[in-house]
Amino acid sequence: MHPILKLVAQRIALGLLLLLAVSLLIFLGTEALPGDVAQAILGQSATPEALANLRESLGLNRPAYVRYFDWLGGILTGDFGVALTNGQDIGQAIGQRLGNTLFLAACAAVISVPLAILLGLIAARYNGRWPDKVISGVTLSTISLPEFVAAYFVIFLLTQVFPIFQPVAMVFPGMGFWERLQAVALPVIVLVLVVLAHMMRMTRAAILNVMQSAYIETAELKGLSPMRVIWQHAFPNAIAPIVSVVVLNLAYLVVGVVVVEVVFGYNALGQYLVDHVAKRDLPVVQAVGLIFAAVYIGLNILADVIGIVSNPRLRHPK
Amino acid sequence: MNSEFDYLLKRAARGMMSRREFVGRASALGISAAMANTLLASAARAEGPVKGGVLRAGMAGGESTNSLDPALAASEVPFMVNMTWGEMLVDVNAKGEIDYRIAEEISANADATEWKFKIRAGVEFHDGKTVTAEDVVATLRRHTDEKSQSGALGIVQGISDMKAEGDMVTLTLASGNADLPFLMADYHLVIQPGGGVDNPAAGIGAGPYKVTAFEPGVRHVFERHANYFDSTMAHADQVEILVINDNTARTAALQAGQVHMINRVDPKIIELLKGVPGITIEHVAGRGHYVFIMHCDKAPFDNKDLRNALKLAINRQEMVDKILGGYGSKGNDFPINAAYPLFDETIPQREYDAAAAAELYKASGHDGSPIILRTAPGAFPGAVEAAQLFQQSAAAAGIPLEVKVEPDDGYWSNVWNVEPFCASYWGGRPVQDQMYSTAYLSSADWNDTKFKNARFDELLVTARAELDATKRKAMYSEMANILRDEGGLICPMFNDFVEAKREEVGGWLPDPNGELMNGRALAKCWLTA
Repeated sequence: MHPILKLVAQRIALGLLLLLAVSLLIFLGTEALPGDVAQAILGQSATPEALANLRESLGLNRPAYVRYFDWLGGILTGDFGVALTNGQDIGQAIGQRLGNTLFLAACAAVISVPLAILLGLIAARYNGRWPDKVISGVTLSTISLPEFVAAYFVIFLLTQVFPIFQPVAMVFPGMGFWERLQAVALPVIVLVLVVLAHMMRMTRAAILNVMQSAYIETAELKGLSPMRVIWQHAFPNAIAPIVSVVVLNLAYLVVGVVVVEVVFGYNALGQYLVDHVAKRDLPVVQAVGLIFAAVYIGLNILADVIGIVSNPRLRHPK
Repeated sequence: MNSEFDYLLKRAARGMMSRREFVGRASALGISAAMANTLLASAARAEGPVKGGVLRAGMAGGESTNSLDPALAASEVPFMVNMTWGEMLVDVNAKGEIDYRIAEEISANADATEWKFKIRAGVEFHDGKTVTAEDVVATLRRHTDEKSQSGALGIVQGISDMKAEGDMVTLTLASGNADLPFLMADYHLVIQPGGGVDNPAAGIGAGPYKVTAFEPGVRHVFERHANYFDSTMAHADQVEILVINDNTARTAALQAGQVHMINRVDPKIIELLKGVPGITIEHVAGRGHYVFIMHCDKAPFDNKDLRNALKLAINRQEMVDKILGGYGSKGNDFPINAAYPLFDETIPQREYDAAAAAELYKASGHDGSPIILRTAPGAFPGAVEAAQLFQQSAAAAGIPLEVKVEPDDGYWSNVWNVEPFCASYWGGRPVQDQMYSTAYLSSADWNDTKFKNARFDELLVTARAELDATKRKAMYSEMANILRDEGGLICPMFNDFVEAKREEVGGWLPDPNGELMNGRALAKCWLTA
C-alpha cells in the first residue's frame, strides 16, 4: 500500500475511534447536568405525578447505559430518533439546519479565505512597512471585538444608518439563492471580520519564515520581483501551516458560530443545539454534538492529508 | 371624553359591539344618542379595518423544541401560535368580561356545579368540518388525561362529568365554581376536531388563521381561514411570527420594518425607542408579578415577625423604577391587583419602612446570621439586580441578607420550590380563584411558599361557588388580607406588558390578559399602509 494511503486510512480509523469517545463524553456530560428532560419540559409547572408520567413515557426510567447503546445502534443504522421535546424527526430537522450552517460557513469561507491569504501575502511583501501595519492593525482589532459587539455594530450601521440589509437573517425552504445570499449578508460580514486575522497572521508568519531560507535569497539575487518570489517560491513551502490554520477556521465557521446565529436569528445548527441542551433533549444534543465532532475531526484529517501531500519530503519518504 | 367612552367607541367602530348597544351604553355615560351616532360614524371612518397584506410579529420566547400540540404550549410564542390558529369556547376580553366564541350562550345552576355551553352553529374547522358539541367534549377530555401533559390539567380536572347533546355541552363539577367560563378561555383549551386525539399536533382548529408553515424556533406562517365565523377579525391575508429571541435584533427588525410588532421590549431601551419616528410603545398593566418567596414552614421563615420584617424591608417604588423602568406597579404581598375582577382597592399599600422592619426583626429573635436569598438571571428579568436592591434596603433596616446567584440551568428544579427563600415570578391567571388555588391553597402542588391556613382554604372553597359578586368580593378581600399579613409571599411589583408596534398597524387595543393583545394581535390588527 502506498504510504500516503496507509497514513490516511490510519487517520480516518483514529478519527472514528475519537468520535466514539466523543459520543460517550457528550452522553456523560448531559447526564451530569442538574434536572432531567421531564423536569426541563414541564418547567416551573411540574407536579410530581406529571413528572413521573412523562419520565415513564419518554423511557427515562431505563438505566443510562441501555439508553446509550440504544441510541448508538440507531445512529449506526442511520436513525437519529425523534426529539423528546416535540416528537419531530431529528434526522430531518438536522438535515435542513445543517444545510443552513454549511451555507453560512461556505459564504463566509469563500470571502474570508482568499482575502486572508492575499492580505497575508501583501503584509509579508511589505513586512514592517505601512501596508503591513495597516492590515495587521485592522484585522487584529476586528478579531479582538467580541462577535456580538461586531454583530450589533454591523446591524446598527447597515440596517439603521444605511438601511441596506435586513437585521434578521432567517432563511426558509423555497427561498431563491439570491434571496438567501441577501439574508445572510450581515452574519457573513461579521464572520469574515472574526476569522480574517487568524488566517492572515499565520500566512504572513509562514511566508516570512520561509523568506529566511537561502534559496529565497538566490531567487532575489536572480532579480525576480518580490511578489513573484513570494508567490512562486515561498508560498508553496508555506502551504502546510497555512492550510492547517485555514481548516481550523473553517471548522470554527461550522461549529462555533452560535452567538452570531442567535444575534441574527439565523436558523442553523448551533441555535438548535442550544435550545435542546436547555431542555435536556439528549438524543438531539448527542446527534448534533456528534455531527460537530465529525466535522471538526474530518477537517483536521483533511488538513493533515493536504500537509503531507504538499510536502515532497513526506510524499516521497526514503 | 373619558376613557370608558373611548373604549366603547373603538369597539363599536370596529363592529365588536352593535350600534344599539353602543348608543345605550353611551347614554348611560351622559352622551346624547345623536352625539354618539356622529362620533361613531367618524370613528368608524378613521378606524375601519383594512383587509389584506402580510402582518408580521417578531417575538421572544420561542424554541426549536416547541410543538403545535396546544396542550403543551408553555412559552410566549406557542401561546401566540395557539391564539392565532385556535379558537376556545370563550375569550376573556380586555375589560375582564366573557366574549363568546365557539360557545354562544352559557348558563349555570344555582350552586354553580352544572354548566351548559350552547355551541355556535356553523363554525368551521380548517379542514372543512363543522365544530360540534362532541368535538368540544373530546377536546376537554383529552386535556383531563394525564398522559396528554396538558398545561390546563389543573383547570379541567375539577370537571367530574361532560356530556354532549345536540348543540349543548354540559359540564358537571365536583364542587361549584362560579369562574368556570373564565377557565374555559385558557389558551391550551383550543377546540380541535375529534379533540385532537389522533394527532394533537395537526394544527387544525377553528381559529382565524390556518397554519401553513411550522418551523419551531424559527417562524410560524398562517393564512386567513376563509370561512372564519367572526368577520371582525382576521384582516391580513397572511400573518407570520418570526422568533427573534435576541433583544437587540428584535428591536432592530422592528425599526427596519422587517416585523410590524414585537413583544418584550427591554425596559432599559423604552426611552430610546420612544424617540424613533414611526414606532409606538404599547404597555398595559397585566397580572404577572415578580416575587421573592419564603417557605413558611422552614426556619427562620416559620417566624411570622421575620417574614413581615422582610416584607417591610423591601423598597417597592425603587423596584418599580429601577427594575421595571417605571413600567409596572407596586405589589402588596398578595398576588392580585386591579387587573383582576373583584379586586378590593381599599387594602392599604405596604410601603418601605426600615424602622418598623428593624423592630419586627428584633422581635423575631433572629440570631443575626446572614439570611440567604437565592436568585438567578432567569428567575425574572432583573432578578439579580432586584435581589441586590433588596439586600441594600434590608441592610438599612439592620437585616443581613446574603444574595446567592444561582445558574439559570436547573433553577426551577433545584432552587425554586426547594430552597426556602428565592426569587421567582408568576404569570397571573384570569381570575382570583385560579391564582389562589394554584399556589396558595394548603394542598396546592405549586404552593411555593408552603402557606397553610385553614381559614384561607375555607374562604377559597366557599368563594368559588358563590355567585353573589358582593359576597364574593368580601371573601377575596379577607383572603388577600390573610395572605398579606401571614403569608410567605413578598410581592414587590407587578410588571406591565411592554410592546412596540409600527405606525402602519391599525386596530391595537391594550389587553391586560396577556402579551400582544392576549395573543390576538395578529388576528385583530390590520395594516393601514
